[in-house]
Amino acid sequence: MKKLAILGAMTAAGLSAGVASAATLDDVKARGKLNCGVTTGLVGFAAPNANGEWEGFDVGVCRAVAAAVLGDPTAVEFVPTTGKTRFTALASGEIDMLARNTTWTFSRDVDLGFEFVGINYYDGQGFMVPKELGVSSAKELDGATVCIQTGTTTELNLADFFRANNISYEPVPIETNAEAQPLYLEGACDVYTTDASGLAATRAAFENPGDHVVLPEIISKEPLGPLVRHGDNQWGDIVRWSLNALIAAEELGVTSANVAEMSAAAGSNPEINRLLGTEGTLGEMLGLEADWAVKAISAGGNYGELFEKNIGENTPIGLARGLNAQWTEGGLLYSPPFR
Amino acid sequence: MSDTHAQTVAFVRETMLPEQPPPASEAGVIKWMRENLFKGWFNSILTILSLYFIFKIVTGAYPWFANGIWTTSSLAECREILDGATGACFSVLTERWNQLLFGFTYPPEAYWRPTLAFVLLIVAIAPVLYPKAPRQMLFFTGIYPFLAYWLIWGGTLLTPLMVLLGFVAGYFAFKQFERQSFAMGLVAGVIAAIVVIWAGGVVPASMPDVLAIQAIPSRDLGGFMLNMILGTVCVSLSLPLGILLALGRQSSMPIIKWICVIFIEFIRGVPLITLLFVANVVLAYFFPPDANIDLVLRVIIMITMFSAAYIAEVIRGGLAALPRGQYEAADSLGLDYAQSMRLIILPQALKISIPGIVNVAVGLFKDTTLVSVISMFDLVGMIRGPILASTEWNGVYWELWGFAVFVFFIVCFSISKYSQWLERQLATDHR
Repeated sequence: MKKLAILGAMTAAGLSAGVASAATLDDVKARGKLNCGVTTGLVGFAAPNANGEWEGFDVGVCRAVAAAVLGDPTAVEFVPTTGKTRFTALASGEIDMLARNTTWTFSRDVDLGFEFVGINYYDGQGFMVPKELGVSSAKELDGATVCIQTGTTTELNLADFFRANNISYEPVPIETNAEAQPLYLEGACDVYTTDASGLAATRAAFENPGDHVVLPEIISKEPLGPLVRHGDNQWGDIVRWSLNALIAAEELGVTSANVAEMSAAAGSNPEINRLLGTEGTLGEMLGLEADWAVKAISAGGNYGELFEKNIGENTPIGLARGLNAQWTEGGLLYSPPFR
Repeated sequence: MSDTHAQTVAFVRETMLPEQPPPASEAGVIKWMRENLFKGWFNSILTILSLYFIFKIVTGAYPWFANGIWTTSSLAECREILDGATGACFSVLTERWNQLLFGFTYPPEAYWRPTLAFVLLIVAIAPVLYPKAPRQMLFFTGIYPFLAYWLIWGGTLLTPLMVLLGFVAGYFAFKQFERQSFAMGLVAGVIAAIVVIWAGGVVPASMPDVLAIQAIPSRDLGGFMLNMILGTVCVSLSLPLGILLALGRQSSMPIIKWICVIFIEFIRGVPLITLLFVANVVLAYFFPPDANIDLVLRVIIMITMFSAAYIAEVIRGGLAALPRGQYEAADSLGLDYAQSMRLIILPQALKISIPGIVNVAVGLFKDTTLVSVISMFDLVGMIRGPILASTEWNGVYWELWGFAVFVFFIVCFSISKYSQWLERQLATDHR
């Protein structure tokens, strides 16, 4: 019976597929759930806790979008994807958006037909080596064996870096960060390379973190951000401005603690008023409720709160804000104005 | 008493001497050791070397187990308590126990359902595995798949009930037409089953709340439960399919023969992981976005096809091993094809094939862990993904992988022990 029902659904859906795929917002609303692609597990960015609830920095973005669209930060179906399955999952419509520490590159944006809606974490590829190796610069790594995740931009950056510096290396391909740790600790590779945030998280989990150093070279730009499919600009706008709302909220001093109070009535700052929907019709333009940003911010807090809670200096991962500080504080976070 | 010797012999012992124990070197442990461990200088050296290595391994591993910590809530706490000493951090197993067994999204209040399904599985397969179990239990075995589906996935009981009804209808149609010919009965049975299942599909759709328990989507299945589901379902489906393929390959009807040959050779020529990627990634391109064909169903189909092709080849070996006379004897008795296969050829061929089939089954069960590559959270997927990526347990490896090894070893070792027992049971020759 099940198969027959499926076959029937297939035919029906096949006829309407061309129409249905255009309006992701309507699909999400009809479904009552946002299908959000995340990683199968990356410390601090996305992982289920002991109770099976997803937690992390990327997860926070998913929840904010779900809250903005559906009014409920828990109305998210998290679809775990690996480095190899993430793009097909998005392209085939299995997920509505992908928030999986994915690097924004030209070919992914243009050739694969995706729309990167912003950057939620500025990362860069670094190297970690055991202290006893006595290496102080990545340029001294001639002939080293390097543990590297396959199917990622780090693999390509590594090749570029070593070729540009005319030194050789031997890659040890691995599938996930979890596999890299024991391999690196057992000495299967001299160097482990991945995004600097990943290196920090990995190093923090070692028994003796002090025995390992992260080399000063950052050999690539890795702007990580959420993305959606080409062809549905309204949906792209919703995800883009949900992320911008979190960033702007931090800049404007709106937090999960004071957002309810600030959105109760129009205040003295017109930009805050427009953001929180007490003034203007920004929500209507997006096709959402007037208080969409309020819900997004209440979901998990503004950008800074999400950062501190999941990957900030008080967590075991202990990342400093660095490039990810607001532009007013010397970082790169810069949300276009809400006007 | 006779006194024949009273004058000729000075003394005759009147009682038996008590039995003496054999010399120490010819009895008990010492004899066994002399014969098995220290026979000749070469064996003695090997024994001593082995003992040395066993000693090293045991003394090396013992503190790790003995100092094991079971109650902390993160790796950092474990390290704090151990304070540099060697010791395992088994707390990850106790804290994430349910996740390892059921995955992280299966609702905790429903854990009893797969557990009950597992217990009932043992009851259901008993009459299949042990010829001495009461035959009436086979009735339960027939119901079990539908019951288990209902327990694990939930929803209304009417869905599996309607499918069961379809199979029953198919069976009666088969019985009705079997007298005319076996093939005719088969076709009639299949048609009847499909019609009833299709028509009956309306009933659960119109009454979704009758006898319903909380419905759980396939995506929420995980942990060792997923391995068990995939393993049992795929083995039990691929065995009959494999028999049909093996018979089809030997068929004298060219179309059936070539379909079977091409299917088997194609599947055997493709790695399982490729088929799984096809199931997960490529199929999604062919279907429209809304037609969400259950991922577990897709994976079950792929793994079943894969192992059916292998089992078909194993059974073909069994068929080929039978002397030609067996086929001719069946023909000369006037049995038709179905009867001769069912009554004479297959019982013998399957008996020969048991080791090979078990080999495929064990391999298949272990291959179910490959689904972790297509982001399903089976036992290996749980370990690789969520658990090792959590801030608390990032860095625990030996304990988790050791647990996975242990669990899989128990299952696979039991399967192979059972097959050895079955071979002895079925041994009718006198070797």
